[in-house]
Amino acid sequence: MKAELTTDSGKRKKASSELTRQEEFIRKHRRHHHEIASWRTLIFVLFIVLWEVSANQKWIDSFFFSSPSRVARCFVDQIRHNAMLSHIGVTLLETVLSFLLVIAFSLLMSTLLWHSRKLSEILEPYLVVLNSLPKSALAPLFIVWLGTGTRTIIVAGMSVAVFGSIISFYTGFQQVDNEKITLIYTLGGTRRDAFLKVVLPGSVPILLSTAKVNIGLALVGVIIGEFLAARRGLGYLIIYGSQVFQLDMVITSIIVLCVIALGFYKSIQAIEHQIRIRFKM
Amino acid sequence: MQNILELKNIGYSYHNLHGETKALQDISFGVREGEFIAIVGPSGCGKSTLLSIIAGLLSPEEGTIVVNNPDGSLHYPKIGYMLQRDHLFEWRTVYRNVTLGLELNHKMTPERLEAVDRLLKDYGLDKFRDKRPDELSGGMKQRAALIRTLALEPQLLLLDEPFSALDYQTRLFVSADICRLIRAAGKTMVIITHDLSEAISLADRIIVLSGRPAVVKNEVSVHLTLADDSPLAARNAPEFQQYFNMLWEDLTHES
Repeated sequence: MKAELTTDSGKRKKASSELTRQEEFIRKHRRHHHEIASWRTLIFVLFIVLWEVSANQKWIDSFFFSSPSRVARCFVDQIRHNAMLSHIGVTLLETVLSFLLVIAFSLLMSTLLWHSRKLSEILEPYLVVLNSLPKSALAPLFIVWLGTGTRTIIVAGMSVAVFGSIISFYTGFQQVDNEKITLIYTLGGTRRDAFLKVVLPGSVPILLSTAKVNIGLALVGVIIGEFLAARRGLGYLIIYGSQVFQLDMVITSIIVLCVIALGFYKSIQAIEHQIRIRFKM
Repeated sequence: MQNILELKNIGYSYHNLHGETKALQDISFGVREGEFIAIVGPSGCGKSTLLSIIAGLLSPEEGTIVVNNPDGSLHYPKIGYMLQRDHLFEWRTVYRNVTLGLELNHKMTPERLEAVDRLLKDYGLDKFRDKRPDELSGGMKQRAALIRTLALEPQLLLLDEPFSALDYQTRLFVSADICRLIRAAGKTMVIITHDLSEAISLADRIIVLSGRPAVVKNEVSVHLTLADDSPLAARNAPEFQQYFNMLWEDLTHES
């Protein structure tokens, strides 16, 4: 009886110590995350402070390098007098539109390539060449063909992302386990079923990661387009600012671009998270 | 009992630029209704090709398959095919996985779904119907794959080394379990395996294929004196060792 009792309490002790170990693990995990977050904030704050101080102390020339306070002033100024918000809106809209068009067009093309092996073999070298081509080389052509305006900018945005995206989607489709496709056939399904029930749902992770890259690339393309062929948008502000030597305006626009890029990345991440929850991946 | 399917002089070759590889040559045997047939042979001898031909996924280059339904009708028996791995889709729930075949054939009728529900209950998967496949154990996954196959009410089940992805211990239980369920459902079964013990313990008849090009080297009817009718008990039957040695001889002595 006594022996039993001691083993019993021994077990209990063990259980309680395991619980604290679990708690310890959680605490460690949280501490790690706090640490990362603190370092990130610290770097940001240090950078801003150092920048401001160096400009104040004339270590750097704030005419060329600006300063946080000048950027803030410029930002408020631009919003008041130069419709900064509408410039931001234009760039955002163009980027989102070209992103959506890239996704739709690449899905369509990669589906066609998957459908016809022959077509994919024929088109492979063209895709590879077009993908490695520096897309900014095409922008002058777009201006001549399409004029200056939103249409040109969106095409420029698409051109940067679309070929790589077709290749990624198609590669993703091909990586789907062939036996899963055989399974569809053994159950009496068609090739269309194989695509809709296996290939497409099986490629969701690759579609998501490609989308994450594409939103960034679309932004790159849109800014290139705005450099060359726009009267609105952040790309136009940057070029205009550099031409009239208002480097505050240039740097302010670049910082706004940073925020936009972060915003895009976070939104795609949120969408990815939602999809992963829905499909429990 | 009569043959529902009869393979006559089946031959098949694979082609590539370097030439022709003969995989199957002059394969003939019959499949009787309700019978369990195991096909054994050295690896790479074309067992899977043979199964694909029976399933109608490949058409034979030589020979014919004669259909001989008990009711005299001429349509090919409905085939259920189980692959080496369960291939349950992670993005579907267990229920939507087992009804995949019905969905593909547009046969989501109340009667069929009721039959699926019954199978889920019988196989102890009912409470997992809304779970994802990765929440199931290896054995339960195989059961789910079996339900997916049975939902289309096939007459003939073809199993292509269906348990080879499982570890040995699980495999013993799962193969016994799945075959018991198929017998209980009254189906005919052709199973490919490279495991001789598995073949002896599960099958009524064993067809031994030679190495490439595969020909039928021997046909063995298995009769075991059993305490009970489980494949695990079969491994302890007095005749088990004799069958094993005989098959081993067949496979190792290539003529």
